[in-house]
Amino acid sequence: MKHFPTLLSHEIRMLLVSPATYVAATLFLGFMGLIFTKILEMYSGPPQENSPANVFFWLFWLPVCVMVPLLTMKCLAEERRLGTIETLLTTPVTTTEVVLAKFGAAYFLYVALWGTTSGFFYILKKFSGDARFLDSGPLVGGYLFIAVSGMLFVAIGVFASSVTRNQSVAGILSCVILASLILGGNALSDSTWLEHGILRPAKSVIEYAHVFAHRDDFARGVIDTRHVLFYLSGTVLALIFSILSVEAKLLHA
Amino acid sequence: MGSCPWFATSLVSGLLSLVPSDSAIEVSHLVKTYGGVTAVSDISFNVARGEIVGFLGPNGAGKSTTMRILTGYLPATSGVVRICGVPVATQPDETKRRIGYMPENNPLPEDMRVSEYMYFRGRLKEVPRRKLGPRIDEVLEVCDLKRVRHKIIGQLSKGYRQRVGIAEAILAEPPVIIMDEPTIGLDPHQILIVRDLIASLRGRMTVIISSHILPEIEVTCDRVLIINQGRVVAQGTPAELRREIFGHSTYRIDLAGNPDQLTAALASVDATIRLTTQTDLDRDGFRRVTLTTNREEDLGEALLRNLLANGTRVRALSRAHPTLEDVFLAATRRSWDAVAPAAAPGRGNDDPRPETTARHGP
Repeated sequence: MKHFPTLLSHEIRMLLVSPATYVAATLFLGFMGLIFTKILEMYSGPPQENSPANVFFWLFWLPVCVMVPLLTMKCLAEERRLGTIETLLTTPVTTTEVVLAKFGAAYFLYVALWGTTSGFFYILKKFSGDARFLDSGPLVGGYLFIAVSGMLFVAIGVFASSVTRNQSVAGILSCVILASLILGGNALSDSTWLEHGILRPAKSVIEYAHVFAHRDDFARGVIDTRHVLFYLSGTVLALIFSILSVEAKLLHA
Repeated sequence: MGSCPWFATSLVSGLLSLVPSDSAIEVSHLVKTYGGVTAVSDISFNVARGEIVGFLGPNGAGKSTTMRILTGYLPATSGVVRICGVPVATQPDETKRRIGYMPENNPLPEDMRVSEYMYFRGRLKEVPRRKLGPRIDEVLEVCDLKRVRHKIIGQLSKGYRQRVGIAEAILAEPPVIIMDEPTIGLDPHQILIVRDLIASLRGRMTVIISSHILPEIEVTCDRVLIINQGRVVAQGTPAELRREIFGHSTYRIDLAGNPDQLTAALASVDATIRLTTQTDLDRDGFRRVTLTTNREEDLGEALLRNLLANGTRVRALSRAHPTLEDVFLAATRRSWDAVAPAAAPGRGNDDPRPETTARHGP
């Protein structure tokens, strides 16, 4: 793993010079800024039962489904299309190092972008002076949820990029997988036909993987290690599949 | 070796790699099959230290596949490949440290600058940080890239990009350099520059180049390997190959008069002289005839003296050297003929030009 720092710093630099990153950042921050403005409008009226921090993270899935594909679609697909994966893998680096470096760079940028939204709360604190609006529990819990679930989402994006040589296909694939994981899981958890006896195991799986339930728990300040384990193991699985997918395309070229 | 514990096997192969071996590259009974197709079937060759070897073959012959297997990028189906004594299959990391590789089409990242790319590749190839800066300067100087060191690679012309690829291959001073079509798409000036660059590596590094540009291979390489349909059909120095494939000398003479008596008249010079082709008379009454003889030494003077003594009017006499292109065409046609009769016994009459069907292959 001794080439990992070189690869990681290279990948971060490449992400920072790519226009797609800035498109993703602009869309993301624009969208979250809009949400925050709506929250401020809502809270300047009658008192609400949830704290702003809780409401802020409700719509996390929309920027995730747009930003994660934009950050990750290029990473392995472009290398394969240009052929630079060949020059990369004929140096003494392992496929594991390469995939982990790409994951690390995309995850770093994802967390950094979400981290900049804390500026909104800083503005709120500075200009409102009202302690009611600032509930540190949901805020910390919300950001922790973003950090933990982000690992899985970015890993899924890297996996989608590793199975194709076309960036657009990789982007759409990761968007669809993320949407079906987050929104599909939510939709299915309420559906009644899971109540049938045969589908009972499926129901327990869907309840376990219910991302919105995780978000609610984190935002309430409950850091459930089962949820953390779900995201960690999902991340590891997605990364293993990415590594295998890169190597499989060499074996069966 | 099957009954030895794994650490004993790796210990033995590790010790073996410490023993200096003469050959920089040893390939023995290499086979590679993709799906049902055999891309490389039973290739064996050795490349000595400091040699420059050319790899020739038609498209789809298995050159790029063999080179990828040498670098450890593709795994072989069976056979042994050793780079400086280190086996590629069991110790891919060690072999990759001893190799500089430039793939076909020279893939480069489009949005990095030349110096950044060199630095990145140098770090990946484990060149120590302190030595990396001076080494990059040296390599950019050798490849004449100093002027463009701060330019973005995507904006460079083809000649500069090829030189960046070559610079990157020689950056870590590897003992073995493998280049797949380094001069493709270059103009004659640039080909000259690259040719000199490669020739300057002789002795210090072992180089294996594959190319379609036969005159380049003839000039640059010490030895040539011709591959067709996954098999080595000829190997040796260009002179040896000419002798082996053609085994005769050809002379072109412009003379006036009847060539029918020529063979008999020249029999005193050499018994094996025969008339191979003749053209029609031109405006001045001269025709060009081609004589073939099995003798290798130059018979030009003896022929001329004999012809003039017989009173034949001679306007020009020259010795035709088969070029590497002729060797290549003959060698690759020959192996197709060897395959075709077994494959299609009843088609002989319908198919007078087997080499045309060969070119429609993969």
